Order: sequence, then C-alpha cells, then structure tokens
Amino acid sequence: MLFTNIKRVLRAGYLSFRRNGWLSTATITVMALVLFVMGNLIFIGALSQTALDAVEAKIDITMYFVPGASEDDILTIKEEITAVPAVAGVTYVSRDQALAEFRERHKENAMIVDALGELDDNPLEASLNIQAKNSSQYAAISEFLVNKNYPTVEKINYSENQKVIEKLGSMISTVRGAGALVALLLAFVAVLVAFNTIRLAIYTMREEIGIMRLVGATRWFIRGPFLVAGVIYGVIAAVVTTALFYPLSWGFAPYLAVVIPDFDIFQYYKGNIIEFFAIMLGAGLLLGVFSSGIAIRRYLEV
Amino acid sequence: MILLENISKIYNHSSVALKNVNLKVEPKEFVTLVGTSGSGKTTMLKLLTREEDPTEGKIFLDGIDITDLPRSQLHHVRRRLGTVFQDYKLLPAQTAYENVAFAMEAAGRTDEEIQEDVPQSLDLVGLSDKINNFPHQLSGGEKQRVAIARSLVNRPDVILADEPTGNLDPINTWEIIKLLQKINDLGTTIILATHDKEIINNIDKRVIVLEKGEIISDKANGKYLV
Repeated sequence: MLFTNIKRVLRAGYLSFRRNGWLSTATITVMALVLFVMGNLIFIGALSQTALDAVEAKIDITMYFVPGASEDDILTIKEEITAVPAVAGVTYVSRDQALAEFRERHKENAMIVDALGELDDNPLEASLNIQAKNSSQYAAISEFLVNKNYPTVEKINYSENQKVIEKLGSMISTVRGAGALVALLLAFVAVLVAFNTIRLAIYTMREEIGIMRLVGATRWFIRGPFLVAGVIYGVIAAVVTTALFYPLSWGFAPYLAVVIPDFDIFQYYKGNIIEFFAIMLGAGLLLGVFSSGIAIRRYLEV
Repeated sequence: MILLENISKIYNHSSVALKNVNLKVEPKEFVTLVGTSGSGKTTMLKLLTREEDPTEGKIFLDGIDITDLPRSQLHHVRRRLGTVFQDYKLLPAQTAYENVAFAMEAAGRTDEEIQEDVPQSLDLVGLSDKINNFPHQLSGGEKQRVAIARSLVNRPDVILADEPTGNLDPINTWEIIKLLQKINDLGTTIILATHDKEIINNIDKRVIVLEKGEIISDKANGKYLV
C-alpha cells in the first residue's frame, strides 16, 4: 500500500513536471539564476578572502636588536614570542641575512653599493618579524613586547607604523563584515525570488489541487507530486548552474589574475567542484522542496 | 442515508445561504433540488462535501457526523460521495483515463482494480473510444461524462450533481440525465441540483424546492411550479 502510493506519487510528480513543460522550464530557469547568484557569492567570498589575506600578510611587527645581541638571546626571545597565542609566526633575520637582502634590493643603485663597500662592519641589525593571527591583535602584541622590556631590543617599529596598521586592520574587518552582510542580503533576495516563482507555479494549479481534494485524495497524496517536481527543479538547476560556471570561470580567470594575482578562479572552481556542486544541489533541493511545501499548504485546506 | 439537522449557513448578516434546513434522503433515492440561483442549492451540496462548514447544525452520513470531522480526515467521506459539477472540474493535464484513475489511485485501490474498473466506467458513460484524450480534446458533453465516470468509479453511496447540464445543449443534457437515472437504477443515491424546468418535469422523482435558503416544498413526484 505504502509502496504503491510512493510509486504513484513519484510518477505523478514526473508526469506533471513533463506535461507542464513551459512552467517547469521557467521555474528551472529562475532557480538556476538564483543558484548562479549564490555561486557568484561563493566565488566573490573566496576571492576577497585571498585578497584580504594577501594584504594582511604584509602587516607585521619588527623588533630590532642591538648589534651586540647574541644569537642565542634572540632565539630565546623568539621562542617566547612564538608561544603567545595571538602570534601566528615569528621569523628571525640575522645581521648577515639582513645585509644580503639589503644588497639584493639595492643592487641597481651603485652609490649604495659603493657606500656599503666603504664600511668595515655590517651596519644592519638582527630582527624578528612577528605576524599576528588577526590584524586587530597587533596593538596588543606590540604592547606586550614593550612591557617585556627586553634589554637587547633596540626598537620595536610598531609604533611608527601604528596608524597605518590600525587603519588597515579596521578596513579589513569592515570589508569582511560588509561583504558578509551584502552576501546575506543577496542570498535572501535570491531565496525570495525562487520561492515566489514556485508559489506562482503552484498558484496556477490551485484549482486542480482543490479538485484532487474533492475527489478524495489525502493531503500527502496531493502534496507528494509537487515535492517530487520541486526535487526535479532543484537537481536540474544545480546541474545547469555548476556546468555554467565551467566556461565562465575559465573565461574570466585571465582578467581576474590581473587584479588579484594570487587567485586563479578556474583552478579554484576545478579544485572545489564537488563541494561547489554539493552546495548548489543542497540549496536547489532546499529551495525546491521547501518552497513547494510551503506554497501548497493553503490550497490543501479544502 | 443522509440526514441534515437544523442546518444554517450564514456568510454574513446580509447573506444567509441556508436557514434551519432539515432533510432526510433515503438510500437509492433520486432527489432533485430546485431553486433560482442564490436559493442555497450549491451551498447545500458544498456542505455535504465539507467544501464549506455549516454555521449551525449537523450532517450525518450513515450515522457519522461529518460536520465534526477534522479536515485531514475528510477524504474518507469524500470517497463515499461522487461529485459532478457544472464546470466538470477535470484535471486539465490528465487524459480521460487518468482523470478517472486518479480517483481510484487516491482511494488506494490496486493497479489491477484500476485497470479493470476505469475502462468499465468509461464504457458505461459511452466514452470507450476517447479514453486517451485530454479534456481540451473533448466536447462539453464528453467532459461531463468523464466527470460522471470519475464520480462513480469508486462505487460511491451517493452522487452529488450540481447543475451538471448547465453548460450543455438539450441533446447532451438528456444524455447526462439518462445516465444519472441509469446509475440510480443500479442502486446509487443521486442528489441533483438544477433549475431546468424540462428536466424536473420529466424525471418524475422527489423534488425539493429551495427559496432564499429555506425548503418551501418537498414532494415525492414533484413538478416545477411557478
């Protein structure tokens, strides 16, 4: 009995999907567009994440040591700072390394190279580069370092760059917050559009729903086929959208690479295609089934 | 047996559809409800299928108070009533066969029963040759016959017909009325709402006259009198 009913519901759902060709096509088109918007939100999210990470990685605190500081001393301090929870990483740059980097950076400039040759000693200082896990933590870390009052530390450059770092930090968190809000808003609009489309499709069948009730069908027997059609809409829309992003991300990748060199959208798409399809499918199914289920409710009250 | 006890249906104080109606219909009766439009015929049929709820009173179908049933349980009652409407109310995206089969599928009948009974029922109404046509490929009279086939395929106790010939020409009208009489002869109670004088004067059965929501006449072999 149950099996017969399930079989009948599945068949009725498929038949109504096939026979209401235009309505089905229109609904799937709108749902695919909605999923397309959501897919774009995912890409934009990943893209801005990469861009912000790149900016954030450029911020650091540098501690310079007096010329006489021993390497052991410096490494002990390094260990100590690495243990602070807010610190993501500490890099030690020895005096020789600093000089080598300096030479490399200024190798085109003959005057500087000559000037260096005049010196007997390496004028550069050893340093520790400290990166925070979160850009908002630099102020606290800097304060912590100053309070430690290491005798071998000559200066901490945070206070010099403090203004810039703080500004960048607040900009980054504003961009993240606003981005999340815009994404949420767009997703909400997209869901409303999908819901209304399905509601309209069911509205056109309200009389048939009433007839089915009068002929003696239970609510589930009527609702079932609509949910099945909702599943079909969701699956097709998800497949279409995922497929659509393949040529699109391929075509856009070179242009985006100019703006954000660290992000290859096509590779990102290919690398995450299974997750991406799963999200599209999940959103499509949720939209299709829930919209149908909610929209049909009032017409079943016959 | 159908029993209406003190049934009233009031939409609002200026629109009273039925006023304190008491009525008893025995099994296998053929009852014609007569009255001008707005007299309450359709409302009475809608109360029997619980498309509308009465403001007051109770309706019993073989001793079961149907006014008391929750909406989720109404399908049990509706499977025992066949309904035929002026506008046919067929499912437009389904063939004649599927329209009739739907009533059986909804009632949970087996595939074998459906394959046997649907053609039989369509044969009874004379549509064996059009079972795979969609409603838009059928004439008005043919659509109404599909609706009748659907209403009787679950072998209901009662068939409710609300102006079934309202959209039909005289020849089709008589075909439909004859069909209803034949179904009645086979043992099904028929309640027919109409305002067609010709029909009422020719079928020579019980006639109930409604006026402004009240029964003003109930005669065993009624005629249309104005």
